[in-house]
Amino acid sequence: MDILAFLVDGLLIGFVYGIAAMGLTLIWGVMNVINLSHGAIIALGMFGIYLLFSLFGVNPYIGVVLVALAGLITGMLIYAIAIHRVIDAPHLSTLLATFAVNMIIIGLGTSAFSTSPRNVDVALGSIEMGPVAFPATRAVAAVASVLVTGALYYFLYRTTLGKYIRAVTDNRAAAELMGIPSARILALSFGLGTMLAAIAGGLIATFFPFTILSGATYELKSFVICVLGGVGNPVGALVGGLILGSLEGVIPAFMPTSWVPVLEFILFVVILLVRPTGLLGRKK
Amino acid sequence: MSMLKNLRNPGLWLWMAIVLAVGLWPVITQRASTREEIFTVLLSVVLASSLNILLGYTGYVSFGHIVFFGLGGYVGLFLITAYGWSLWPAMLAGGISSAFLALLLGQAILRLRGAYFALATIGINEAMRAFINNFEPFGGPTGISLNFSVYNDYGGAANALWMLYGVMLALALLNILLSYVVKSSKFGLGLLAIREDEDAAEVMGVVTPRAKTWAYVLSAFLPGVVGVLFFFKNGNIEPPQAFRLHMSIEMLVMVMLGGYGTILGPVLGAAGYQRLRGLLLTSDLFKNIQLTVAGVLLLVIILFIPAGFVGWLRNRFPKLRRFLP
Repeated sequence: MDILAFLVDGLLIGFVYGIAAMGLTLIWGVMNVINLSHGAIIALGMFGIYLLFSLFGVNPYIGVVLVALAGLITGMLIYAIAIHRVIDAPHLSTLLATFAVNMIIIGLGTSAFSTSPRNVDVALGSIEMGPVAFPATRAVAAVASVLVTGALYYFLYRTTLGKYIRAVTDNRAAAELMGIPSARILALSFGLGTMLAAIAGGLIATFFPFTILSGATYELKSFVICVLGGVGNPVGALVGGLILGSLEGVIPAFMPTSWVPVLEFILFVVILLVRPTGLLGRKK
Repeated sequence: MSMLKNLRNPGLWLWMAIVLAVGLWPVITQRASTREEIFTVLLSVVLASSLNILLGYTGYVSFGHIVFFGLGGYVGLFLITAYGWSLWPAMLAGGISSAFLALLLGQAILRLRGAYFALATIGINEAMRAFINNFEPFGGPTGISLNFSVYNDYGGAANALWMLYGVMLALALLNILLSYVVKSSKFGLGLLAIREDEDAAEVMGVVTPRAKTWAYVLSAFLPGVVGVLFFFKNGNIEPPQAFRLHMSIEMLVMVMLGGYGTILGPVLGAAGYQRLRGLLLTSDLFKNIQLTVAGVLLLVIILFIPAGFVGWLRNRFPKLRRFLP
């Protein structure tokens, strides 16, 4: 019975992990950039909800929508300022450029909010389904994650802009020749990626306490999930999130919780070695 | 013979002399505070120069290079506390364990290219930290602490600090020399060829898997040695300080700041970064946003001076190249 409860708990959180990883994987897939400011944006999402809630009394779920918009704009700005100049440079440049953005955000965040833990109190009670009970906030977050995934899927596969993004992903040079404004599409994709990170941060803030440094943990998890689900594959990211979430839920039933990260990162390295395109990724 | 001829580079010896002179400064003035400042710089020089052998020469980005510093420190302190080893063999053992880990890892992860390699190194550092956190012989989450009496063998704590400083200076000089010897050897040329185009290098006869692995091993050895030195001086070691990802990235920043692939770059990068950090930390205006200022600086360098300070000087003043190894 216990293990079922752990599993459900882990799966629900896994949906949110999936959203975080989707942001990372989208950027990685479209422009081959590993966004090391991902964790900082997740933390900004958390604090966005927190500030809206504590200063203006905005309902956290409405807060998530506002934070998503802010995330989109922030991402496009980051792309324009920090990424565009080095988009064709070797990997090291984009890795360090995004890390520099991470340092800037964390530095400002630490001086503004210190590193003391905060939380957003959302009282929705808990849901009981047969033998398992879980907090309703997690269920709402899971549903929101599925909706976001659906919306992203619709955007990428059913709209012209989405088609442009996919074209730039496949072959940027060819897309440019077809008249697609690739710089703007890259900026938009980066914005979408950070928007997803901000949403994930906002949703996590509704059930876990956090500090300005919390994003780093979720960034590392996002790497693991990206590799699990295959780079550039949004649905893969969601599935990867569910796998990671359920592992986190179930492993503590068999061994001390402190072993969870050991297994996670070993899994990560092994998948990178054995199947770098991800468990669900297409073969190159 | 050719190696001896290679060593006749005026720039190399000029800069070795400068590092030696700066290193001896606190010994002459007998000021402990200056000694501590320069100790940190020398530690950074060793870490950044070592990373440069992999990053600067082969172009492989190791984001988790600090794993070798932490592992070396742990092995050394374990041997000192559990088996009563003296510091010197413990330092050697720390270096060898790190080099051995690199040898094992090298076989596996150096097959990955570009960003995948960088991610794998992050994964390995995090896995190692999480593992050591659970590893009882190394003290689990509380780590290993030295008994204060251990410094008695080295003439008491005050003397030990001066001695450790001297050893660090010697290691930094050794590292600069090693970087130079590697770069000017045939092996080093192979590494530089890998950086420019790995497939072409392979076609031209560079046995790339072997060359990359040895570069990785070389770049892991001295971080392991100074890991023992640093944590011996520190008196204790815990998983979060031993495998701090942030420190790993600081190493990358130093190499980029000074100019990757050059001998002098990591040295000046380390000195410049630590000096700047010290200035920011003591300034009332920037104390709180120290990280932000460092981030802006890093971004400006990446965007506008990607070759780093020494690389920029070399391009701007080609005649000075002899003096800017």
